Amino acid sequence: MLQFILRRLGLALLVAFTVSFISFSLLFLAGDPAAALAGETASGEDIEAIRRVYGFDRPMLVQYGDWLFAALRGDFGESYYFKLPVASLIADRLSVTMLLGVCGITFALLTAVPLGVLAAMRPNSIIDRIALFLSVAGQALPSFWFGLILIVLFAIQLRWLPVSGTATWAHFVMPTIVLGYYAMPAIMRLTRAGMLEVLSSDYIRTARAKGASELRVMFRHALRNAIIPVVSLAAVQMGFMLGGSIVVESIFALHGAGFLAWESISRNDLPTVQALILIFSMFYIVFTFLADVLNAWLDPRMRSS
Amino acid sequence: MSETILNVKGLTIDIPVGGGTLHAVRGIDFDLKRGEVLCIVGESGSGKSLTSLALMGLLGKRIKVSAEQADFDGTALLQASPREMRSLRGARMSMIFQEPMTSLNPAYTIGDQLMEAMLLHRQVSRAEARARAVDLLEKVGITAAGSRLGQYPHQLSGGLRQRVMIAMALMCEPELIIADEPTTALDVTIQAQILRLLVDLVREMGMAMILITHDLGVVARVADKVAVMYAGELVETGAAAEVFGAPMHPYTRGLLRCIPQPGKTARGAPLGTIPGIVPSLVGEVAGCVFRTRCDEAVETCRGRIPRHGPGETHSFRCVHETGAKATEKERV
Ligand SMILES: Nc1ncnc2c1ncn2[C@@H]1O[C@H](COP(=O)(O)OP(=O)(O)O)[C@@H](O)[C@H]1O
Ligand SMILES: [Mg+2]
Repeated sequence: MLQFILRRLGLALLVAFTVSFISFSLLFLAGDPAAALAGETASGEDIEAIRRVYGFDRPMLVQYGDWLFAALRGDFGESYYFKLPVASLIADRLSVTMLLGVCGITFALLTAVPLGVLAAMRPNSIIDRIALFLSVAGQALPSFWFGLILIVLFAIQLRWLPVSGTATWAHFVMPTIVLGYYAMPAIMRLTRAGMLEVLSSDYIRTARAKGASELRVMFRHALRNAIIPVVSLAAVQMGFMLGGSIVVESIFALHGAGFLAWESISRNDLPTVQALILIFSMFYIVFTFLADVLNAWLDPRMRSS
Repeated sequence: MSETILNVKGLTIDIPVGGGTLHAVRGIDFDLKRGEVLCIVGESGSGKSLTSLALMGLLGKRIKVSAEQADFDGTALLQASPREMRSLRGARMSMIFQEPMTSLNPAYTIGDQLMEAMLLHRQVSRAEARARAVDLLEKVGITAAGSRLGQYPHQLSGGLRQRVMIAMALMCEPELIIADEPTTALDVTIQAQILRLLVDLVREMGMAMILITHDLGVVARVADKVAVMYAGELVETGAAAEVFGAPMHPYTRGLLRCIPQPGKTARGAPLGTIPGIVPSLVGEVAGCVFRTRCDEAVETCRGRIPRHGPGETHSFRCVHETGAKATEKERV
């Protein structure tokens, strides 16, 4: 197991390096950074001066090395737009996004997994149909529309929840539901399909032949095996939620990192974009790594492969 | 404690299929005393596995099982509550399946899976269950048993897995073991070895066993009783010596074309093969189902088939009152 973890860790580091290089070279792929910084009216000399001040005239690898070491120390440079250190700019935005992501994935898992298990226990029953309906609806409803419906219903009509902002936990209820509901259908259907497959397997019959209770059969014997692909999916969904919660963040005016990324891209604020891409990718890598470790713990066959 | 541990009368299994109902098992009778070995033989698809799964209560709700009687030591198996059935399964009756490669849970160690039934049914500590598991692994011929407990199924070969399954079935020292073709999926070279091991252990512990096998050599050696199934019916049943000594039903005679005799028939000798195919069992099934493949079929085979019994210990179902044996003798 330890060997497996070390191998995966090595792989994750390799991917992280590659990704960091790609996000760094973005600066150059987007055109001449000095020209972009100087603005449209700047003269050639101004641009040259900026090039020297920012060090754009050095070899690219040297610049990458500098940037990477600075990034490792938490220094992502200064935002072109805000004229503030990118790190402090991102820090509080990121905490909003992370909180939202964790709540969202938790909500999705807590609804999707039990629903998938129940649906698989009684295929074609009422519960199965309700689960299917919920998942089709979740897939078909655009997030912004679903978000607005919730706002109209719970914030404006019933006045149970605040419309927008991040002041209290109550502000996170609707965003969590909207974001979680987006991830729920895929997780639910994967759980259901996995459970159906596992429940028809021979080792489930063996468990029953030992006199294990239905509950024990479902959770100890079946779910443990059926959940393995779900773990990987949830890791990807989680990564996606962090980077892709722009819609939800906009509807509920939660100024998170997703929203910042969108703003920074439209403002050509390259250091911020670079830093966000790097951080989002690192989250992806960390989640995939954690999912791999969790899966290896769940499935002993994975440890040896 | 009664002498008879299992008493089955008129066991019927119906499976709803696309075009109607598959009458997979139709009114079979047999009984088993403590410590006896009943061998069920018959070609694939004759309903042997369904019969064993029905007795264990392991068939899904979709499959309809009924019987005039299906008693395990006084408990009506088909009327018992799920809870009662659970307390029997794994504790007093256990089953060994045909598929050793897939019958163990890939996520748990051999030790966990061996100990499970004992921890579920008996008031024992983990240490005691562990000791019993090691003891049984040694009994089924697994070396370094203690260290095997921490291994996972994928680290074991098919033969080892089936040995583990056998040990698992014996954990609570059940009164009845149902072994459904326990060696069919294994390498031919180890089939006989593992079957012999199972039979020896069952004898040693004095358990009753239903053994489903194609190995007539084993049947001849270990069976107290033999039941011959064909297309969902028990065509002939009786004390092993009588059935082998004087097979009455044409199907049995076909199977035993070379009649196995203890000491003479090689282990692993195959069943005789009979030309023809099994008729569909979907919809109404009338008359003798074997008539389409039978050399001795006559017009009355389409009607009701009487049961004949030379004695209580041997009976068969055929229109020929004296059985196929007589007719064959005439021909000679
Ligand atoms: N779950 C099922 N659904 C439909 N048909 C089945 C099912 N299980 C068994 N059968 C059918 O019932 C018959 C008897 O099967 P089985 O008991 O497995 O035979 P055997 O063990 O003697 O080879 C076969 O024709 C098989 O196709
Ligand atoms: Mg079978």
